[in-house]
Amino acid sequence: MSFSNPPARRIISTVGHILPALCSVGLLILVWELYARFSGISPTTLPSPSRVLAQAVVHRHALWDNTVPTVRATVLGFSCSLAAAFIFSVLIDFFRRLRRALFPIFIISQTLPLVAIAPLVVLWFGFGLTPKILLVALVTFFPMLVALAQGYEATEEEIELLLASMGAPRWKRFLLARFPAALPHFFAGLRISITYAVVGAIFAEYAGAAQGLGIYILNAKNNFRPDLVLAAVLVSALLTLTLFGASVLVQYAAMPWTRRGRYTLR
Amino acid sequence: MTAPILEMRGIAHRFGGLDVLADISLNIAAGEFVSILGPSGAGKSTILRILTGGQRPDRGEILFEGTTLEASRQPFAFMPQRDALMPWRRVLDNTTLGLEVQGVKRAEARRRVQPLFAEFGLEGFETHYPSELSGGMRQRTALLRTVVQQRPMMLLDEPFGALDALTRFGMQRWLEAMWTHHSWTAILVTHDVREAVALSDRIYVLSPRPARIVHEIEIDLPRPRTVAGPHQPQMTAIENTILELLLHPKEE
Ligand SMILES: Nc1ncnc2c1ncn2[C@@H]1O[C@H](COP(=O)(O)OP(=O)(O)O)[C@@H](O)[C@H]1O
Ligand SMILES: [Mg+2]
Repeated sequence: MSFSNPPARRIISTVGHILPALCSVGLLILVWELYARFSGISPTTLPSPSRVLAQAVVHRHALWDNTVPTVRATVLGFSCSLAAAFIFSVLIDFFRRLRRALFPIFIISQTLPLVAIAPLVVLWFGFGLTPKILLVALVTFFPMLVALAQGYEATEEEIELLLASMGAPRWKRFLLARFPAALPHFFAGLRISITYAVVGAIFAEYAGAAQGLGIYILNAKNNFRPDLVLAAVLVSALLTLTLFGASVLVQYAAMPWTRRGRYTLR
Repeated sequence: MTAPILEMRGIAHRFGGLDVLADISLNIAAGEFVSILGPSGAGKSTILRILTGGQRPDRGEILFEGTTLEASRQPFAFMPQRDALMPWRRVLDNTTLGLEVQGVKRAEARRRVQPLFAEFGLEGFETHYPSELSGGMRQRTALLRTVVQQRPMMLLDEPFGALDALTRFGMQRWLEAMWTHHSWTAILVTHDVREAVALSDRIYVLSPRPARIVHEIEIDLPRPRTVAGPHQPQMTAIENTILELLLHPKEE
Protein backbone atom coordinates (compact mmCIF):
# COMPACT_ATOMS: atom_id res chain seq x y z
CA MET A 1 0.00 0.00 0.00
CA SER A 2 1.82 3.08 -1.17
CA PHE A 3 0.51 6.56 -0.73
CA SER A 4 2.06 9.06 -3.10
CA ASN A 5 2.08 12.52 -1.55
CA PRO A 6 0.71 15.36 -3.59
CA PRO A 7 3.64 17.60 -4.58
CA ALA A 8 2.68 20.46 -2.27
CA ARG A 9 2.68 18.24 0.80
CA ARG A 10 5.96 16.77 -0.32
CA ILE A 11 7.64 20.16 -0.57
CA ILE A 12 6.32 21.17 2.84
CA SER A 13 7.64 17.97 4.39
CA THR A 14 11.05 18.43 2.73
CA VAL A 15 11.28 22.00 4.03
CA GLY A 16 10.26 20.73 7.46
CA HIS A 17 13.08 18.23 7.21
CA ILE A 18 15.87 20.69 6.42
CA LEU A 19 14.54 23.62 8.45
CA PRO A 20 16.34 22.68 11.71
CA ALA A 21 19.64 22.39 9.84
CA LEU A 22 19.12 25.77 8.13
CA CYS A 23 18.32 27.40 11.47
CA SER A 24 21.36 26.04 13.29
CA VAL A 25 23.76 26.94 10.46
CA GLY A 26 22.17 30.37 10.10
CA LEU A 27 22.47 31.03 13.82
CA LEU A 28 26.14 30.02 13.82
CA ILE A 29 26.93 32.38 10.95
CA LEU A 30 24.99 35.20 12.63
CA VAL A 31 26.92 34.84 15.90
CA TRP A 32 30.20 34.77 13.98
CA GLU A 33 29.23 37.87 11.97
CA LEU A 34 28.23 39.81 15.06
CA TYR A 35 31.36 38.81 16.97
CA ALA A 36 33.67 39.74 14.05
CA ARG A 37 31.98 43.15 13.67
CA PHE A 38 31.54 44.29 17.23
CA SER A 39 34.29 42.67 19.31
CA GLY A 40 36.96 44.81 17.64
CA ILE A 41 38.93 41.78 16.45
CA SER A 42 41.09 42.47 13.39
CA PRO A 43 39.82 41.06 10.07
CA THR A 44 43.32 39.65 9.44
CA THR A 45 42.74 37.43 12.46
CA LEU A 46 39.05 36.60 12.14
CA PRO A 47 37.26 37.96 9.07
CA SER A 48 33.49 38.15 9.16
CA PRO A 49 31.44 35.74 7.01
CA SER A 50 30.25 38.64 4.84
CA ARG A 51 33.87 39.62 4.16
CA VAL A 52 34.77 36.01 3.32
CA LEU A 53 31.89 35.87 0.89
CA ALA A 54 32.76 39.25 -0.67
CA GLN A 55 36.41 38.24 -1.14
CA ALA A 56 35.35 34.90 -2.59
CA VAL A 57 33.38 36.80 -5.23
CA VAL A 58 36.28 39.14 -5.93
CA HIS A 59 38.72 36.25 -6.30
CA ARG A 60 36.28 33.90 -8.03
CA HIS A 61 38.49 33.33 -11.07
CA ALA A 62 41.51 32.28 -9.03
CA LEU A 63 39.29 30.15 -6.81
CA TRP A 64 37.70 28.46 -9.79
CA ASP A 65 41.09 27.77 -11.44
CA ASN A 66 42.23 26.09 -8.23
CA THR A 67 38.98 24.23 -7.68
CA VAL A 68 39.08 22.37 -10.99
CA PRO A 69 42.28 20.39 -10.24
CA THR A 70 40.98 19.54 -6.77
CA VAL A 71 37.72 18.25 -8.19
CA ARG A 72 39.64 16.22 -10.77
CA ALA A 73 41.88 14.65 -8.10
CA THR A 74 38.92 13.96 -5.82
CA VAL A 75 36.76 12.34 -8.48
CA LEU A 76 39.58 10.26 -9.98
CA GLY A 77 40.92 9.21 -6.58
CA PHE A 78 37.49 8.36 -5.31
CA SER A 79 36.61 6.35 -8.42
CA CYS A 80 39.83 4.34 -8.15
CA SER A 81 39.15 3.79 -4.47
CA LEU A 82 35.59 2.67 -5.14
CA ALA A 83 36.70 0.20 -7.80
CA ALA A 84 39.48 -1.14 -5.57
CA ALA A 85 37.16 -1.46 -2.56
CA PHE A 86 34.66 -3.39 -4.61
CA ILE A 87 37.24 -5.74 -6.14
CA PHE A 88 38.91 -6.45 -2.80
CA SER A 89 35.58 -6.90 -1.03
CA VAL A 90 34.61 -9.56 -3.57
CA LEU A 91 38.00 -11.26 -3.29
CA ILE A 92 37.93 -11.44 0.49
CA ASP A 93 34.32 -12.62 0.39
CA PHE A 94 35.26 -15.54 -1.82
CA PHE A 95 38.62 -16.33 -0.22
CA ARG A 96 38.53 -16.24 3.56
CA ARG A 97 42.28 -16.72 3.89
CA LEU A 98 42.89 -13.64 1.78
CA ARG A 99 40.73 -11.71 4.21
CA ARG A 100 42.94 -12.69 7.12
CA ALA A 101 46.05 -11.89 5.12
CA LEU A 102 44.95 -8.47 3.86
CA PHE A 103 42.90 -6.96 6.66
CA PRO A 104 45.89 -6.17 8.90
CA ILE A 105 47.47 -4.25 6.02
CA PHE A 106 44.30 -2.27 5.42
CA ILE A 107 43.98 -1.46 9.11
CA ILE A 108 47.63 -0.35 9.33
CA SER A 109 47.05 1.88 6.30
CA GLN A 110 44.39 3.68 8.35
CA THR A 111 46.81 4.39 11.18
CA LEU A 112 49.25 6.32 8.97
CA PRO A 113 49.21 10.02 9.90
CA LEU A 114 48.32 11.98 6.76
CA VAL A 115 50.73 14.79 7.70
CA ALA A 116 53.63 12.37 7.47
CA ILE A 117 52.49 10.32 4.53
CA ALA A 118 51.37 13.15 2.21
CA PRO A 119 54.84 14.74 1.74
CA LEU A 120 56.34 11.27 1.25
CA VAL A 121 53.85 10.35 -1.45
CA VAL A 122 54.55 13.67 -3.18
CA LEU A 123 58.28 12.97 -2.86
CA TRP A 124 57.85 9.58 -4.50
CA PHE A 125 55.32 10.43 -7.19
CA GLY A 126 55.98 14.10 -7.94
CA PHE A 127 53.68 17.09 -8.19
CA GLY A 128 51.28 15.54 -10.70
CA LEU A 129 47.93 13.88 -10.30
CA THR A 130 49.18 10.47 -9.09
CA PRO A 131 49.98 11.35 -5.46
CA LYS A 132 46.60 13.09 -5.09
CA ILE A 133 44.74 10.07 -6.42
CA LEU A 134 46.70 7.83 -4.07
CA LEU A 135 46.02 9.94 -1.00
CA VAL A 136 42.32 10.30 -1.75
CA ALA A 137 42.16 6.54 -2.23
CA LEU A 138 44.06 5.95 1.01
CA VAL A 139 41.53 7.87 3.10
CA THR A 140 38.37 6.65 1.35
CA PHE A 141 39.15 2.99 0.61
CA PHE A 142 38.80 1.42 4.03
CA PRO A 143 35.33 2.64 5.10
CA MET A 144 33.88 1.40 1.82
CA LEU A 145 35.67 -1.94 2.03
CA VAL A 146 34.48 -2.56 5.57
CA ALA A 147 30.94 -1.52 4.68
CA LEU A 148 30.84 -3.91 1.74
CA ALA A 149 32.37 -6.81 3.68
CA GLN A 150 29.90 -6.33 6.53
CA GLY A 151 27.05 -5.92 4.09
CA TYR A 152 27.75 -9.28 2.47
CA GLU A 153 27.75 -10.90 5.89
CA ALA A 154 24.40 -9.31 6.71
CA THR A 155 22.66 -11.42 4.06
CA GLU A 156 19.70 -13.27 5.53
CA GLU A 157 20.75 -16.87 6.11
CA GLU A 158 17.40 -18.20 4.94
CA ILE A 159 17.88 -16.55 1.56
CA GLU A 160 21.26 -18.22 1.16
CA LEU A 161 19.76 -21.58 2.16
CA LEU A 162 16.99 -21.04 -0.36
CA LEU A 163 19.42 -20.29 -3.18
CA ALA A 164 21.60 -23.25 -2.20
CA SER A 165 18.51 -25.48 -2.32
CA MET A 166 17.84 -24.20 -5.82
CA GLY A 167 21.31 -25.34 -6.82
CA ALA A 168 22.79 -21.85 -7.23
CA PRO A 169 26.60 -21.89 -7.28
CA ARG A 170 28.55 -19.57 -4.99
CA TRP A 171 28.96 -16.77 -7.56
CA LYS A 172 25.23 -16.78 -8.31
CA ARG A 173 24.44 -16.59 -4.60
CA PHE A 174 26.76 -13.60 -4.46
CA LEU A 175 25.10 -11.79 -7.34
CA LEU A 176 21.52 -12.63 -6.41
CA ALA A 177 21.69 -12.25 -2.64
CA ARG A 178 24.92 -11.08 -1.03
CA PHE A 179 25.53 -8.07 -3.24
CA PRO A 180 22.02 -6.56 -3.12
CA ALA A 181 21.84 -7.30 0.61
CA ALA A 182 25.04 -5.28 1.06
CA LEU A 183 23.74 -2.16 -0.70
CA PRO A 184 22.37 -0.33 2.36
CA HIS A 185 25.66 -0.93 4.20
CA PHE A 186 27.63 0.06 1.14
CA PHE A 187 25.86 3.40 0.82
CA ALA A 188 26.39 4.13 4.51
CA GLY A 189 30.13 3.51 3.98
CA LEU A 190 30.10 5.54 0.78
CA ARG A 191 28.68 8.58 2.56
CA ILE A 192 31.37 8.39 5.23
CA SER A 193 34.10 7.96 2.63
CA ILE A 194 32.93 10.79 0.45
CA THR A 195 33.28 13.29 3.28
CA TYR A 196 36.97 12.36 3.52
CA ALA A 197 37.64 12.57 -0.21
CA VAL A 198 37.90 16.34 -0.72
CA VAL A 199 39.91 16.73 2.48
CA GLY A 200 42.31 14.04 1.24
CA ALA A 201 42.84 15.83 -2.07
CA ILE A 202 43.41 19.19 -0.38
CA PHE A 203 45.93 17.62 1.98
CA ALA A 204 47.83 16.13 -0.96
CA GLU A 205 47.93 19.52 -2.68
CA TYR A 206 49.04 21.21 0.51
CA ALA A 207 52.05 18.89 0.54
CA GLY A 208 52.99 19.93 -2.97
CA ALA A 209 51.14 20.88 -6.13
CA ALA A 210 51.18 23.40 -8.94
CA GLN A 211 47.49 24.22 -8.54
CA GLY A 212 44.56 23.28 -6.37
CA LEU A 213 42.63 24.41 -3.34
CA GLY A 214 45.31 23.00 -1.05
CA ILE A 215 48.04 25.11 -2.55
CA TYR A 216 45.67 28.10 -2.70
CA ILE A 217 45.06 27.78 1.04
CA LEU A 218 48.80 27.52 1.68
CA ASN A 219 49.51 30.68 -0.32
CA ALA A 220 46.63 32.62 1.24
CA LYS A 221 47.86 31.68 4.69
CA ASN A 222 51.43 32.78 3.86
CA ASN A 223 50.07 36.11 2.61
CA PHE A 224 48.11 36.65 5.85
CA ARG A 225 44.75 36.39 4.12
CA PRO A 226 42.55 34.29 6.44
CA ASP A 227 39.55 35.57 4.48
CA LEU A 228 40.82 33.80 1.37
CA VAL A 229 41.71 30.68 3.38
CA LEU A 230 38.12 30.59 4.57
CA ALA A 231 36.82 31.28 1.06
CA ALA A 232 38.68 28.17 -0.13
CA VAL A 233 37.34 26.23 2.86
CA LEU A 234 33.85 27.33 1.85
CA VAL A 235 34.44 25.99 -1.65
CA SER A 236 35.71 22.67 -0.31
CA ALA A 237 32.69 22.39 2.00
CA LEU A 238 30.41 23.00 -0.97
CA LEU A 239 32.26 20.31 -2.93
CA THR A 240 31.82 17.79 -0.14
CA LEU A 241 28.15 18.67 0.24
CA THR A 242 27.65 18.24 -3.51
CA LEU A 243 29.31 14.83 -3.48
CA PHE A 244 27.30 13.83 -0.43
CA GLY A 245 24.10 14.92 -2.16
CA ALA A 246 25.08 13.00 -5.27
CA SER A 247 25.62 9.83 -3.24
CA VAL A 248 22.20 10.24 -1.63
CA LEU A 249 20.66 10.61 -5.08
CA VAL A 250 22.45 7.51 -6.37
CA GLN A 251 21.24 5.55 -3.36
CA TYR A 252 17.71 6.81 -3.94
CA ALA A 253 17.87 5.61 -7.54
CA ALA A 254 19.65 2.32 -6.77
CA MET A 255 17.35 1.15 -3.96
CA PRO A 256 13.78 1.81 -5.07
CA TRP A 257 12.38 -0.83 -2.70
CA THR A 258 13.30 1.24 0.35
CA ARG A 259 10.87 3.94 -0.74
CA ARG A 260 7.87 1.64 -0.65
CA GLY A 261 5.67 -0.07 1.91
CA ARG A 262 6.99 -0.71 5.38
CA TYR A 263 10.25 1.12 4.81
CA THR A 264 8.53 4.46 4.50
CA LEU A 265 6.50 4.05 7.70
CA ARG A 266 8.94 5.46 10.18
CA MET B 1 1.59 -48.63 -0.39
CA THR B 2 3.37 -47.66 -3.62
CA ALA B 3 7.15 -47.55 -3.70
CA PRO B 4 8.45 -44.50 -1.79
CA ILE B 5 9.88 -41.66 -3.84
CA LEU B 6 12.01 -40.47 -0.89
CA GLU B 7 13.52 -42.54 1.89
CA MET B 8 15.61 -41.35 4.84
CA ARG B 9 17.31 -44.17 6.73
CA GLY B 10 18.85 -43.81 10.19
CA ILE B 11 19.79 -40.15 9.79
CA ALA B 12 21.70 -38.76 12.78
CA HIS B 13 23.30 -35.37 13.25
CA ARG B 14 25.05 -33.28 15.90
CA PHE B 15 26.00 -29.60 15.91
CA GLY B 16 29.25 -29.51 17.84
CA GLY B 17 28.33 -30.98 21.21
CA LEU B 18 24.59 -30.69 20.58
CA ASP B 19 22.90 -33.95 19.67
CA VAL B 20 20.08 -32.81 17.35
CA LEU B 21 18.91 -35.81 15.32
CA ALA B 22 19.21 -39.21 17.00
CA ASP B 23 17.66 -41.50 14.43
CA ILE B 24 15.34 -40.35 11.67
CA SER B 25 13.90 -42.86 9.24
CA LEU B 26 10.96 -41.92 7.09
CA ASN B 27 9.56 -42.30 3.61
CA ILE B 28 7.10 -40.58 1.35
CA ALA B 29 5.31 -41.75 -1.78
CA ALA B 30 4.56 -39.71 -4.88
CA GLY B 31 1.46 -37.55 -4.42
CA GLU B 32 1.58 -37.87 -0.65
CA PHE B 33 1.39 -34.95 1.79
CA VAL B 34 3.43 -35.89 4.84
CA SER B 35 3.95 -33.76 7.96
CA ILE B 36 6.83 -33.85 10.39
CA LEU B 37 5.42 -32.67 13.68
CA GLY B 38 7.60 -31.83 16.64
CA PRO B 39 8.27 -29.29 19.36
CA SER B 40 10.34 -26.17 18.65
CA GLY B 41 14.06 -26.87 18.59
CA ALA B 42 13.53 -30.58 17.98
CA GLY B 43 15.51 -30.50 14.76
CA LYS B 44 12.78 -30.21 12.13
CA SER B 45 14.54 -27.53 10.12
CA THR B 46 17.73 -29.53 10.37
CA ILE B 47 16.03 -32.47 8.63
CA LEU B 48 15.08 -30.22 5.71
CA ARG B 49 18.52 -28.67 5.66
CA ILE B 50 20.01 -32.14 5.31
CA LEU B 51 17.63 -32.90 2.45
CA THR B 52 18.48 -29.70 0.57
CA GLY B 53 22.20 -30.32 0.95
CA GLY B 54 22.75 -27.42 3.35
CA GLN B 55 24.10 -29.86 5.91
CA ARG B 56 25.72 -33.28 5.68
CA PRO B 57 24.31 -35.86 8.09
CA ASP B 58 26.76 -37.62 10.42
CA ARG B 59 25.11 -40.96 9.79
CA GLY B 60 22.42 -42.53 7.64
CA GLU B 61 21.49 -42.43 4.01
CA ILE B 62 18.96 -40.71 1.79
CA LEU B 63 17.46 -42.40 -1.25
CA PHE B 64 15.51 -40.56 -3.89
CA GLU B 65 13.72 -42.77 -6.40
CA GLY B 66 15.86 -45.64 -5.20
CA THR B 67 19.29 -44.05 -5.70
CA THR B 68 21.42 -42.04 -3.29
CA LEU B 69 20.89 -38.31 -3.30
CA GLU B 70 23.94 -36.54 -4.70
CA ALA B 71 24.48 -32.84 -4.25
CA SER B 72 24.14 -32.21 -7.97
CA ARG B 73 20.58 -33.46 -8.22
CA GLN B 74 18.03 -31.15 -6.64
CA PRO B 75 14.65 -32.89 -6.57
CA PHE B 76 13.26 -30.52 -3.94
CA ALA B 77 11.63 -27.13 -4.04
CA PHE B 78 12.31 -25.67 -0.62
CA MET B 79 10.35 -23.04 1.27
CA PRO B 80 12.47 -21.90 4.24
CA GLN B 81 11.12 -20.98 7.63
CA ARG B 82 10.31 -17.26 7.41
CA ASP B 83 9.49 -16.43 3.83
CA ALA B 84 13.03 -15.51 2.66
CA LEU B 85 11.63 -13.08 0.10
CA MET B 86 14.24 -10.76 -1.34
CA PRO B 87 13.20 -7.22 -0.34
CA TRP B 88 14.92 -5.77 -3.40
CA ARG B 89 12.95 -7.88 -5.88
CA ARG B 90 9.39 -7.20 -6.90
CA VAL B 91 6.82 -9.89 -6.18
CA LEU B 92 6.96 -11.17 -9.75
CA ASP B 93 10.77 -11.39 -9.70
CA ASN B 94 10.71 -13.14 -6.33
CA THR B 95 8.44 -15.83 -7.71
CA THR B 96 10.65 -16.45 -10.76
CA LEU B 97 13.83 -16.76 -8.70
CA GLY B 98 14.03 -20.55 -8.86
CA LEU B 99 13.50 -20.60 -12.60
CA GLU B 100 16.16 -17.94 -13.09
CA VAL B 101 18.63 -19.99 -11.08
CA GLN B 102 17.79 -22.97 -13.30
CA GLY B 103 18.81 -20.83 -16.27
CA VAL B 104 15.35 -20.05 -17.65
CA LYS B 105 15.28 -16.70 -19.47
CA ARG B 106 13.57 -13.95 -17.49
CA ALA B 107 10.80 -13.36 -20.04
CA GLU B 108 10.07 -17.08 -20.28
CA ALA B 109 10.08 -17.43 -16.48
CA ARG B 110 7.61 -14.57 -16.15
CA ARG B 111 5.39 -16.08 -18.81
CA ARG B 112 5.27 -19.32 -16.85
CA VAL B 113 4.55 -17.72 -13.48
CA GLN B 114 1.98 -15.13 -14.52
CA PRO B 115 -1.01 -17.49 -15.00
CA LEU B 116 -0.62 -18.70 -11.40
CA PHE B 117 -0.95 -15.27 -9.81
CA ALA B 118 -4.75 -15.38 -9.73
CA GLU B 119 -4.85 -18.81 -8.09
CA PHE B 120 -2.43 -17.58 -5.43
CA GLY B 121 -4.45 -14.44 -4.77
CA LEU B 122 -1.60 -12.21 -5.88
CA GLU B 123 -3.12 -10.74 -9.01
CA GLY B 124 -2.42 -7.02 -9.28
CA PHE B 125 0.56 -7.25 -6.90
CA GLU B 126 3.15 -8.37 -9.46
CA THR B 127 5.08 -5.10 -9.37
CA HIS B 128 4.81 -4.56 -5.61
CA TYR B 129 7.76 -5.04 -3.32
CA PRO B 130 7.51 -7.63 -0.51
CA SER B 131 7.47 -4.86 2.11
CA GLU B 132 4.13 -3.76 0.69
CA LEU B 133 2.45 -7.14 1.25
CA SER B 134 0.52 -8.51 4.21
CA GLY B 135 1.88 -11.54 6.05
CA GLY B 136 -0.46 -13.95 4.29
CA MET B 137 0.41 -12.56 0.87
CA ARG B 138 4.11 -12.85 1.61
CA GLN B 139 3.61 -16.53 2.42
CA ARG B 140 1.62 -17.08 -0.77
CA THR B 141 4.39 -15.37 -2.74
CA ALA B 142 6.96 -17.67 -1.14
CA LEU B 143 4.74 -20.66 -1.87
CA LEU B 144 4.30 -19.60 -5.48
CA ARG B 145 8.08 -19.28 -5.78
CA THR B 146 8.28 -22.88 -4.49
CA VAL B 147 5.55 -24.32 -6.70
CA VAL B 148 6.78 -22.90 -10.03
CA GLN B 149 10.11 -24.67 -9.70
CA GLN B 150 8.21 -27.82 -10.69
CA ARG B 151 10.40 -30.14 -8.67
CA PRO B 152 9.16 -33.64 -7.85
CA MET B 153 8.75 -32.75 -4.18
CA MET B 154 8.19 -29.67 -2.02
CA LEU B 155 9.67 -29.07 1.43
CA LEU B 156 7.73 -26.55 3.49
CA ASP B 157 9.27 -25.35 6.75
CA GLU B 158 6.53 -23.98 9.05
CA PRO B 159 5.02 -21.92 6.24
CA PHE B 160 2.36 -20.34 8.45
CA GLY B 161 4.27 -20.10 11.72
CA ALA B 162 4.57 -16.32 11.63
CA LEU B 163 0.92 -15.57 10.81
CA ASP B 164 -1.87 -14.50 13.14
CA ALA B 165 -4.42 -17.21 13.95
CA LEU B 166 -7.12 -16.05 11.55
CA THR B 167 -4.79 -15.56 8.59
CA ARG B 168 -3.15 -18.89 9.35
CA PHE B 169 -6.48 -20.67 9.29
CA GLY B 170 -7.39 -19.02 5.98
CA MET B 171 -4.06 -20.07 4.52
CA GLN B 172 -4.51 -23.67 5.72
CA ARG B 173 -7.91 -23.85 4.06
CA TRP B 174 -6.48 -22.38 0.88
CA LEU B 175 -3.49 -24.75 0.92
CA GLU B 176 -5.75 -27.74 1.39
CA ALA B 177 -7.81 -26.73 -1.64
CA MET B 178 -4.64 -26.23 -3.70
CA TRP B 179 -3.31 -29.65 -2.75
CA THR B 180 -6.59 -31.43 -3.34
CA HIS B 181 -6.57 -29.89 -6.78
CA HIS B 182 -2.93 -30.46 -7.76
CA SER B 183 -1.91 -33.47 -5.60
CA TRP B 184 1.66 -32.26 -5.26
CA THR B 185 4.10 -34.31 -3.20
CA ALA B 186 5.22 -32.45 -0.10
CA ILE B 187 6.80 -32.65 3.32
CA LEU B 188 5.40 -30.08 5.73
CA VAL B 189 7.33 -29.28 8.88
CA THR B 190 5.23 -27.83 11.69
CA HIS B 191 4.69 -27.66 15.43
CA ASP B 192 0.95 -27.03 14.95
CA VAL B 193 -1.00 -30.23 15.66
CA ARG B 194 -4.26 -29.05 14.08
CA GLU B 195 -2.45 -27.92 10.97
CA ALA B 196 -0.76 -31.29 10.60
CA VAL B 197 -3.98 -33.25 11.10
CA ALA B 198 -5.97 -31.01 8.76
CA LEU B 199 -3.51 -31.12 5.88
CA SER B 200 -1.62 -34.44 5.99
CA ASP B 201 -2.06 -37.90 4.56
CA ARG B 202 0.45 -39.06 7.13
CA ILE B 203 2.19 -37.56 10.17
CA TYR B 204 5.53 -38.38 11.74
CA VAL B 205 5.72 -37.22 15.35
CA LEU B 206 9.19 -36.31 16.62
CA SER B 207 10.48 -36.54 20.17
CA PRO B 208 12.20 -33.47 21.65
CA ARG B 209 15.90 -33.14 20.87
CA PRO B 210 17.73 -35.43 20.11
CA ALA B 211 14.92 -36.20 17.70
CA ARG B 212 13.68 -39.63 16.84
CA ILE B 213 10.34 -40.61 15.37
CA VAL B 214 8.03 -41.64 18.20
CA HIS B 215 4.89 -42.16 16.20
CA GLU B 216 3.56 -42.44 12.67
CA ILE B 217 -0.12 -41.77 12.00
CA GLU B 218 -2.01 -42.32 8.78
CA ILE B 219 -4.90 -39.86 8.50
CA ASP B 220 -7.60 -41.33 6.37
CA LEU B 221 -10.30 -38.70 6.67
CA PRO B 222 -12.29 -37.12 3.84
CA ARG B 223 -11.37 -33.67 2.55
CA PRO B 224 -11.91 -30.81 2.90
CA ARG B 225 -11.12 -31.09 6.58
CA THR B 226 -10.71 -27.37 7.20
CA VAL B 227 -14.46 -26.81 6.86
CA ALA B 228 -16.95 -28.08 9.45
CA GLY B 229 -18.27 -31.59 8.84
CA PRO B 230 -18.99 -35.02 10.29
CA HIS B 231 -15.25 -35.87 10.37
CA GLN B 232 -14.61 -33.32 13.12
CA PRO B 233 -14.91 -35.63 16.19
CA GLN B 234 -12.40 -38.03 14.62
CA MET B 235 -9.99 -35.16 13.92
CA THR B 236 -10.25 -33.96 17.50
CA ALA B 237 -9.55 -37.49 18.76
CA ILE B 238 -6.41 -37.74 16.61
CA GLU B 239 -5.28 -34.29 17.71
CA ASN B 240 -5.67 -35.29 21.35
CA THR B 241 -3.65 -38.49 20.86
CA ILE B 242 -0.83 -36.52 19.27
CA LEU B 243 -0.92 -33.80 21.93
CA GLU B 244 -0.55 -36.45 24.63
CA LEU B 245 2.46 -37.87 22.77
CA LEU B 246 4.06 -34.44 22.52
CA LEU B 247 3.36 -33.45 26.11
CA HIS B 248 4.40 -36.76 27.69
CA PRO B 249 7.07 -38.10 25.36
CA LYS B 250 8.73 -40.39 27.93
CA GLU B 251 5.73 -42.70 28.46
CA GLU B 252 5.86 -43.93 24.86
N1 LIG C 1 23.97 -24.29 12.19
C1 LIG C 1 23.76 -24.66 13.47
N2 LIG C 1 24.78 -24.70 14.34
C2 LIG C 1 24.58 -25.08 15.64
N3 LIG C 1 23.40 -25.41 16.15
C3 LIG C 1 22.34 -25.40 15.33
C4 LIG C 1 22.45 -25.03 13.96
N4 LIG C 1 21.24 -25.10 13.39
C5 LIG C 1 20.39 -25.51 14.37
N5 LIG C 1 21.06 -25.70 15.53
C6 LIG C 1 20.45 -26.17 16.79
O1 LIG C 1 19.83 -27.40 16.55
C7 LIG C 1 18.61 -27.49 17.25
C8 LIG C 1 17.49 -27.82 16.29
O2 LIG C 1 17.30 -26.73 15.41
P1 LIG C 1 16.18 -26.71 14.29
O3 LIG C 1 16.39 -27.86 13.38
O4 LIG C 1 16.17 -25.37 13.71
O5 LIG C 1 14.85 -26.95 15.17
P2 LIG C 1 13.32 -26.77 14.76
O6 LIG C 1 13.26 -26.42 13.32
O7 LIG C 1 12.68 -28.11 15.07
O8 LIG C 1 12.76 -25.71 15.64
C9 LIG C 1 18.39 -26.16 17.96
O9 LIG C 1 18.75 -26.34 19.32
C10 LIG C 1 19.36 -25.23 17.28
O10 LIG C 1 19.85 -24.29 18.19
MG1 LIG D 1 12.65 -24.74 12.44
